[in-house]
Amino acid sequence: MRRSKPPGLSTSLRTPQLKAGSRSQLKQLQQLMASALFRPLTAEDRMQPKWVDGRAMNKVAASFIKPNDRLTSFERLEIYNRVYWFRVLDCLYDDYPGLRAVLGEQKFMKLITAYLTKYPSVSFTLRNLGSRLEKFILEEPKWAAPHQRMALDMVRFEWAQVVAFDDPAKPSVTPDDILDAKPEKLRLGLQPYLSLLQLDYAVDEFLIAVKKSESDVLRGEASNVIEAMPKESRRLQKKVRLPKRRRLHLVVHRFDNMLYYKRLEPEAFAILSALRDGDTVANACAIGLAASRRRRFNWSPQIKNWFNDWSLLGWFCRPDSNPKES
Amino acid sequence: MPANLFNNFTDYGIGIGLRVPHYRHILSKKPVVDWFEIISENFMVDGGRPLEVLDAILEQYRVVQHGVAMYFGSADRLNREHLRKLKRLVKRTNTPWLSDHLCWGSVDGRYTHDLLPMPYTFACARVTADNICEARDFLEVPICVENVSSYAEFHASEMTEWEFLGEVVERSNCGILLDVNNIYVSSKNHSFDPYEYLNNVPHHRVGQIHIAGHSKFEKYILDTHDHPVLNPVWKLYAHAVRLVGRTATLLEWDDRIPTFDEVHHEALKATRFINELEDAAA
Repeated sequence: MRRSKPPGLSTSLRTPQLKAGSRSQLKQLQQLMASALFRPLTAEDRMQPKWVDGRAMNKVAASFIKPNDRLTSFERLEIYNRVYWFRVLDCLYDDYPGLRAVLGEQKFMKLITAYLTKYPSVSFTLRNLGSRLEKFILEEPKWAAPHQRMALDMVRFEWAQVVAFDDPAKPSVTPDDILDAKPEKLRLGLQPYLSLLQLDYAVDEFLIAVKKSESDVLRGEASNVIEAMPKESRRLQKKVRLPKRRRLHLVVHRFDNMLYYKRLEPEAFAILSALRDGDTVANACAIGLAASRRRRFNWSPQIKNWFNDWSLLGWFCRPDSNPKES
Repeated sequence: MPANLFNNFTDYGIGIGLRVPHYRHILSKKPVVDWFEIISENFMVDGGRPLEVLDAILEQYRVVQHGVAMYFGSADRLNREHLRKLKRLVKRTNTPWLSDHLCWGSVDGRYTHDLLPMPYTFACARVTADNICEARDFLEVPICVENVSSYAEFHASEMTEWEFLGEVVERSNCGILLDVNNIYVSSKNHSFDPYEYLNNVPHHRVGQIHIAGHSKFEKYILDTHDHPVLNPVWKLYAHAVRLVGRTATLLEWDDRIPTFDEVHHEALKATRFINELEDAAA
């Protein structure tokens, strides 16, 4: 096979080349390449033409990547740069449909690009890619403007679903286990997969509407056609009206390994939150009722029903420790 | 009887990758499949649906673990938490061997979630072999390393990819998961002869073979796992089984996944080449 002169060869000959003759040299090379991959793409989905110190990126690439007869060092490195960003952006695109609907596609893409630039993945699994999204929006709310509060609610809600899907379950405490226990002494833990969310927007109904809208679109197309398109071009879903401001107490959990979310009354939410904080059952109930606006209400049967339901759903487990006991 | 030193599971036949779109079909129809390969990281969780599905699969099928995030070629030491989670899964599945890639993908605790190529140097081979030995000692299960497809080469390299693979597996005394599609993809991207690669890997160390589809672009080929296996790859596979003997083989299909039957049918095409080999031997 005749090989033409590689297009980037003259550049690479002038550029000092990185070696990999020891673990520390390998580490330097890997740090350089990873830094190149983590840098966001340009608006045209290309690798940035300048390096962090202002040097031309083709020179930096040529310092460690060989060109070939078809691609320059820059172009070969760019393949990895693009694959990295397409993979992580696609992952968050799929995992956060609610946030995407709150912000709109363009703002969503800008937000997650800024997020991943500041917080690259620190986990071996893409499952955890969005774990610091709430922290990021709190730190840099401008990316979610003008819907910061709604975006935060949605991120908490969508992350709670990741947790509910595969976080550990402890052995449940059954009604028989606590039959003779005194409420003044009894402490109950909540399952690690269960999240209690106090929200300002009805993001639960909104997410159901968003998913329905997206699935309606998908059902109308041949599945292979949709899969062949880049994610950003799936902008066919109907616009769903944003949720109105409304205080909401939500629990996100699983039952029989299926994911559920359920609205709670404020008193129930307060009781469960207190239990999670390590209060005894008696104290948790007192805290829950103290916050109630309802007067002249017979709470006894209501609380009994709640505890019965929660127990049947397997929400209770033995607490890890009793922080309020010591 | 094993075809070679590292291949004690020649009876494993032809497997396919366990993928989410097929769960319902597999659990309800219970199709006859020689074995399933699971992506370890998808099941290194603490509870919920993934483990429920895995347990149901384990009741009916043989399962082999394949990892994508061990990063044997990373200059950093292996992540002990990752290893602990992996070992829990190994105990759950009883995988007869475990595979991961001859690559790196993380540095300083930051993950690219990609299978990045190594500079082919003796120093890098030592680093990689040390990591493989550490993983094997901790996990107490045989390890096969898989050659990756790549789109870039390093100035620092001192040898060919197949020489590097040989150096690593000899130093660490581990097996090879030979991905013939990856060899084909890299041979096109780096202009080498894929048969030279196949002829020069240590055949007695090949414990498993991967086959898959890829996508052609104007100036390079991408390893996309979203197509049936292409003819040049089948030819390489036929050559590989002639060299290494009957070997557990797995079809990877990870994107634009068709029906279970379609994937299984594609995988079973490999049987023809194994049968031809045995007919010739008879």
